[in-house]
Amino acid sequence: MDEKNTPLLEMKNIKKDFFGNQVLTDINLTLKEGEVIGLVGENGAGKSTLMKILFGADVIRETGGYAGEIRINGEKADFRSPFDAIASGIGMVHQEFSLIPGFTATENILLNRESKKKNIISEIFSERMDTLDRPEMEQRAMEAIEKMGVKIESKMVISDMPVGHKQFTEIARELSKDQLKLLILDEPTAVLTEKEAEALLESIRGMAKRGIAVIFITHRLKEILSVCDRVAVMRDGCLIQNVPAKETDEVQITKWMVGRNVDVSAGAGKEEAKEKEEGEVILSIDRLWVDMPGETVRDVSLDVIKGEILGIGGLAGQGKLGIPNGIMGLYQAGGTVTFEGKEIPLNDPRKCLDSSFAFVSEDRRGVGLLLDESLEWNIAFPAMQIQNKFLKNYLGGLIKWRDEKAIQEVTQKYIGELAIKCTGSQQKARELSGGNQQKVCLAKAFALEPRLLFVSEPTRGIDVGAKALVLQALKQFNREKGVTVVMVSSELEELRATCDRIAIVSGGRIAQILPASTPSEEFGALMVSQVI
Amino acid sequence: MSRKKDLRQTIQKSSVPLMFVLICAVCIPISGLSPSYLANEVVTRMGRNAFLILSLLIPIMAGMGLNFGMTLGAMAGEIALILVCDWQIVGIPGMVLAMILSVPVSVLLGIFCGKILNMAKGREMITSYIISYFINGIYQLVVLYLMGSVIPIKHTSIKLPRGYGIRNTVSLLSMRQKLDNLIPLKIAGIKIPVATFLVVALLCLIIVWFRRTKLGQDMRAVGQDMEVARDAGIKVERTRIISIVISTVLAGIGMIIYLQNMGNIATYSSHSQIGMFCIAALLVGGASVDKASIGNVFLGIILFHTMFIVAPKAGAVITGDSMIGEYFRVFVSYAVITVALIMYETNKRRNKNRAGKQLETEQNGEGGAS
Repeated sequence: MDEKNTPLLEMKNIKKDFFGNQVLTDINLTLKEGEVIGLVGENGAGKSTLMKILFGADVIRETGGYAGEIRINGEKADFRSPFDAIASGIGMVHQEFSLIPGFTATENILLNRESKKKNIISEIFSERMDTLDRPEMEQRAMEAIEKMGVKIESKMVISDMPVGHKQFTEIARELSKDQLKLLILDEPTAVLTEKEAEALLESIRGMAKRGIAVIFITHRLKEILSVCDRVAVMRDGCLIQNVPAKETDEVQITKWMVGRNVDVSAGAGKEEAKEKEEGEVILSIDRLWVDMPGETVRDVSLDVIKGEILGIGGLAGQGKLGIPNGIMGLYQAGGTVTFEGKEIPLNDPRKCLDSSFAFVSEDRRGVGLLLDESLEWNIAFPAMQIQNKFLKNYLGGLIKWRDEKAIQEVTQKYIGELAIKCTGSQQKARELSGGNQQKVCLAKAFALEPRLLFVSEPTRGIDVGAKALVLQALKQFNREKGVTVVMVSSELEELRATCDRIAIVSGGRIAQILPASTPSEEFGALMVSQVI
Repeated sequence: MSRKKDLRQTIQKSSVPLMFVLICAVCIPISGLSPSYLANEVVTRMGRNAFLILSLLIPIMAGMGLNFGMTLGAMAGEIALILVCDWQIVGIPGMVLAMILSVPVSVLLGIFCGKILNMAKGREMITSYIISYFINGIYQLVVLYLMGSVIPIKHTSIKLPRGYGIRNTVSLLSMRQKLDNLIPLKIAGIKIPVATFLVVALLCLIIVWFRRTKLGQDMRAVGQDMEVARDAGIKVERTRIISIVISTVLAGIGMIIYLQNMGNIATYSSHSQIGMFCIAALLVGGASVDKASIGNVFLGIILFHTMFIVAPKAGAVITGDSMIGEYFRVFVSYAVITVALIMYETNKRRNKNRAGKQLETEQNGEGGAS
């Protein structure tokens, strides 16, 4: 049997870097027909990048391609676009739905692959004038749904469907492609109820029996163990384990996932943390909900103690980003937020800023910066707008002029303090590198001299050197000015190195708040505890 | 309870048509116009406008909103009619020739418009409105300077006395209501333009059929989510251009039908407000920026034009000044567009709020239980 010897998929020495930032190192992965492999790893471990390479995503080509080789059925594959990947039998179900809301399940399953009937006009003009053969489409859709083994209503419009059924529609769409040999499922159970997830696992087993190989990405380790033949664990861009699922267990996998540099400078302020735990509560969040797409927050209650750095961690999409964005009024929110004994109205960014909150957004380029303005403007603008700083008053405050000199001074000060690499304080923010842009965002928040600072993903997409500096600056700001900092980050180690206490968000709720010195494994287990 | 909610939702959805039913119900008795006169007028206007308004449907289906691209088609139709008029080809053959002539011009303008709208996704309405002004400038250049000097125009009856350029009005006496009267029919004193209605009915059938073609399906997909459609391999840009081209071609033909009913071309103004009135009528019929049906077209014509007829009269009766009514109907057509667009936005926002509210109740429900 030849088929046994040539695996369906072979990935050899896959390497990828984004602008010098190594994100994948020497990944080797093989997959046989009908094999189910579970791919796990923390956020940023490189799972998605690896899958994007496999699926021929445009991002990969636009950022300089990848090194290494992919073989499908022993033949070297070079996908120029996802369509090439689809043609050679790879299907992918993304985390975000890729469905047309006003179409029925059938129409979505067969989108752009509809059954058609010829007619006179289409003979004359083009195939696009063919009429659709609805009965046949219905039949083909039903076949795909049957293949999947989960019952969904083929005539129901997507926008009326519960989330789980949308997910199943996507899977049925992949299954309806005859050439499908390999299916990539990127966190398919994240939106499913327990029952639906069970049905999906059953359906994966069915697919495997039919000879379809499945790469199953999930944070729910139980599912991996119950359905996969093998488990592949990724960490920091390396494939560190690839073992049969039978030979491992949840605890071990969690350890592999987060187990790097376990003790490095964790809980730098361990002793202080204890003191602070009894300190005065500066911000009290009670039953907060936030409707932020993809980062829904449900029923979060949380106390922030004066002078501490509180970390908020958790997996992507679990709601940790929603907390600062909701409090600052960028997304619709409800519940009560009390700051220094006064209630802060929600959904009103100005009120938050007036109560001397500052927010460094995770959306650096969109929310954080005035890209086409100078550094001076970027750093001084919020302070000018909100606190009337850097202004000279004339005629008793009737006319306000910018105090250019003060603005320049403060900018120079922060450029020095944060080591912002730039040609001068007049340079445009757009021209800086990601790391330096982040520093500008921080400087902007610092210039406000807030009493409470929210920092969201401060190190996302910046290099190691800048990362250390940014974190150092935050710590310093906290220690020297006594500013309370709430820092949201996907990187647990970073939180452990910087914060006093860490709250882990899972499924939109706070799973638990632990001191930063707690071992990573415990945090890892919390992250996946209530995943929805 | 849920039935009550349903009823409220239906009323909310069709609030624009209901508002116009009310206006008409108040104005008709005040105007003192006889029912037969009113019916006659509405039927005439139905024949005159239906084809033009139907040309708006396909871009809406492709998610390009209420599109002033049709104005370009209307100009193409006028140019064709002027030429045919000069060539003295009369009656139905003249109309058919004009329609054929208008098609290549419409296609060119449609491709141009579509390409620009592809660069301004999400802002199609305002962009196409400005494009229509721009093309109007080119139209005037052609009609005012090139016709007679570069493009041969023989007959002095349509030329300006200076020797080139077209007169303010071009008489279409040779074609006047030729299509409307092709099959004469009168029911209870109401003249019915049977042939025109047949053409309109044919177009309706074509639209219904078109929706069931692959291209129609692609347009619906593109209209609802461009990214998803693109990921599925549908050529989004091309599909959008095709939808605009279809719209301009139909509008060109529609304009010829419109003008044969009027009996003359107001060379420099016929097309300028046609887009506005067509869009207003469609909105009055209950269409929105992303959803419009054939039913909306006919309901819209009936309501909008009834108002159009009775409002000036009613205004004159009430105030004794006929100008008030004239003012009123122009005012109303702009107001309708504004109101309909605002309502569309608030509905969208309301739906968004609903998601948040649901989250809150969910949470409170849980809180109560625990």
